[in-house]
Amino acid sequence: MLQVQGLSVAYDGVDAVVDVDLSVPAGEVLAVLGPSGCGKSTLLRAVAGLEPPRTGRVIADGEDVTGVPTHRRGFALMFQDGQLFGHLSVARNVGYPLRLRRRPAAEVAERVDELLRLVGLSGYADRLPSTLSGGEQQRVALARALAVRPRLLLLDEPLSALDAGLRERLAGDLRQILASAGTTAVLVTHDHEEAFAVADRMALLRAGRVVQTGKVADVWRAPADADAALFLGYARVLTGHPAYAVLAAGGLVDAPAVALRRSALRVAGPAEPTRLRGTVLTAAATPELARLQVDVEGIGRLDAVSPAEALPAPGSTVRLVVDPARLAPLPHAERRPA
Amino acid sequence: MNRAGLRRTAGLLALAVVPVAVLAVFFVLPVVGMLGRGLWPGGSFDPSGALEVLTRERTARVLAFTLTTSAAGTAGSLLLGLPTAWVLHRLAVPGARLLRALLLVPFVLPTVVVGVAFRELLGEAGPLGFLGLDGTPVAVVLALVFFNVAVVVRAVGAAWESLDPRPAEAAAALGATPWQVWWTVTLPALRPAVVSAASVVFLFCATAFGVVLTLGGLRYATVETEIYLLTTSLLDLEGAAALSVLQLLVVAVLLGLAQRLRATADPRARRTSPRPRAVRRSDAPALVVTGLALLLAAVPIATLVLGSLRTADGYGLDNYLALQTRGSSGALAVPVTEALAVSLRTAVDATWMSVLLGLLVAVVVTQRSRGRLERTVRSGLDAFFMLPLGVSAVTLGFGLLVTLDSGLLDLRSSPLLVPVAQALVALPLVVRTLAPVLASVDPRQRQAAASLGAGPLRSLLVVDLPVVWKPLLAAAGFAFAVSLGEFGATAFLFREEAPTVPVVIVRLLGRPGEGNYGMALAAAVVLAAVTALVVLAVERLRVPSVGAF
Repeated sequence: MLQVQGLSVAYDGVDAVVDVDLSVPAGEVLAVLGPSGCGKSTLLRAVAGLEPPRTGRVIADGEDVTGVPTHRRGFALMFQDGQLFGHLSVARNVGYPLRLRRRPAAEVAERVDELLRLVGLSGYADRLPSTLSGGEQQRVALARALAVRPRLLLLDEPLSALDAGLRERLAGDLRQILASAGTTAVLVTHDHEEAFAVADRMALLRAGRVVQTGKVADVWRAPADADAALFLGYARVLTGHPAYAVLAAGGLVDAPAVALRRSALRVAGPAEPTRLRGTVLTAAATPELARLQVDVEGIGRLDAVSPAEALPAPGSTVRLVVDPARLAPLPHAERRPA
Repeated sequence: MNRAGLRRTAGLLALAVVPVAVLAVFFVLPVVGMLGRGLWPGGSFDPSGALEVLTRERTARVLAFTLTTSAAGTAGSLLLGLPTAWVLHRLAVPGARLLRALLLVPFVLPTVVVGVAFRELLGEAGPLGFLGLDGTPVAVVLALVFFNVAVVVRAVGAAWESLDPRPAEAAAALGATPWQVWWTVTLPALRPAVVSAASVVFLFCATAFGVVLTLGGLRYATVETEIYLLTTSLLDLEGAAALSVLQLLVVAVLLGLAQRLRATADPRARRTSPRPRAVRRSDAPALVVTGLALLLAAVPIATLVLGSLRTADGYGLDNYLALQTRGSSGALAVPVTEALAVSLRTAVDATWMSVLLGLLVAVVVTQRSRGRLERTVRSGLDAFFMLPLGVSAVTLGFGLLVTLDSGLLDLRSSPLLVPVAQALVALPLVVRTLAPVLASVDPRQRQAAASLGAGPLRSLLVVDLPVVWKPLLAAAGFAFAVSLGEFGATAFLFREEAPTVPVVIVRLLGRPGEGNYGMALAAAVVLAAVTALVVLAVERLRVPSVGAF
């Protein structure tokens, strides 16, 4: 549906987005994931037509829309903080794009009802945006963006303004709403969990360049390099001998480097065979499990977990097993390959 | 109310007492006195004389003329001002800052100077004389627009500049055309600023004095010039009082409206100042309008300068050299150069007075209120100090003249009377410049300073002063410029041996003789140049609330 080819955007001569290629098949959700300041919002604004690109093309349904003004692209953009119109009620906000297109009033009312039901806000029609919570405002913004069935929905950090619990719940809702509406969407975010919860595919953006694209699960399992791994929530990257030792203990083939999640090592049960031993440095209980820092023999300090009910004392010796699903071999040893 | 609350209210009143007293003695008393002369002729209440004035046919005509010219002037200012505000505040136009400063110059130009400039431009011998607009209402309206475009550009431009661009982008992304974005998103967001600018402009138009007097003559009078005419020429105090009351009522309603609609943005809200956008071809209409506004501002001034250089035999500096004289056939009591010295001295006095009063008022009205009583007191004071904005300067001047001649308050011969009156005229502008800045200081900053051990004075130095010094300087410059050009009140109060430049200009215009007219033009140019320099210096301080109401 959407293709971005060789897109670059510059502010005052400084490139914010460099030579980006992306493609989003119809009905799929692409997450553009990157740290703040990596140019992901600029990329989204350029796709929306709010920033003129320096080079490159934006193609929608095979039609080059690079020079088409924003309001004729048939996209919809949802901002981080919703950007509801404060002087309009919820229903009038949602109906706004329909009224712009001079749809008959009855049709507008019907569609607004349907959309408010879709986002779970039936009965909020006459409220003013300022009386809604942050999560409710985002739902209204989503309903408004979906109102005219845009061929592409652009979401700029739609959930990051919300607190953690709400974000998790709304991410699931968002995924479901987008799927049931069959919407093609591009989501930019710095929160990898948001990307996992909502998107089908993922593009990692760093300093304005795309460093990796692929299915969410694939990217997650095989980050392109150490920085990508750390950004995707891996806790530590090992190289050289420690990497070899951990991979060998997990029964995996050798690689120049390996990224470990915090739960990649687990305290072994009494009967489990293991090659790794270490001394517990610190131990902290959480409701679900205990998090340890262990000085592993021949490797150094690593994170590990143990069942919450069996909290080892600092100074004690533990045996550790490696969970191969919680580590990712990396193709390069250096942190930032050219 | 507990004791702490009482102490707060007492502190508030202590701060307010000086400005309230000054305003009461030098403003309320004279205005009431002036009204009293009309409504209590011979000591007993008898409004019949005043009411009779209101039924006169000429009064109806004057009122109609005031309303139509004010409405036309307001409409014209908005038509030119809104696109100009957009171009000069939101687009990346080279030299936008300088152009904004230049547009502010007409607003502070002495009204008399503006009148002279338009007559020079539209008169029979002037470059636009062929239009035959001299002495017509169109000339009056043009001059009113000339004056007030800056008000619209300032007030709306400031609001526009800090307007978050994202709602407009959101609308565009939802499929709104630029025109639909303007109607459904931008205009509703700007409406408070637009309406408040429009009401202030209407107010200025309706109380304009010098311009109408010089351009309209006797034939086209507004309420303001009619009051002047009735008091000075016809000595019909009842009629003048009746018109003053009428004007006061209209002004009070307008001020109330403006107050209600004034954009009261949350001072703690994050201000986004989006980067100016590059000019596109679709901006052409707005650019053309901006060009027109700039032409309207520049052409009369250019004509004035040209006229001042014209001599009996070609062009030269004769008129300027003549400023050292008293004019031909003894038109003046003192040379113009001495009047200029008087003007500057008076402006210095008026400036410190209005800045001192304005600072006190701004502090009083912006402190955060606790409790309903305190809030009521504050908003009452706020409205009270805005009164001079709306009361006819002529009423004020004449009132001062008639009330301050009794016993204790015999100040008529005091050299401070003119500065006091001018300070009161400038006071609302000073308050409007300072109040938003003081309000924008997050009170938690003061609380943080206090919690770190800073006393009230120390926290004032650390927290408020760094924020306020520039606006304070800007307000002072603005008050200075207003004082230099003030004519309505000064016309009544000046002392024969110490006239200000606007007074001298009018005097010169009233005396026949080519030499006197040339001198008037030269004096106008000098006054305009001094005022413009002050305003450009103020503009360099970049205080957004200057000239925004």
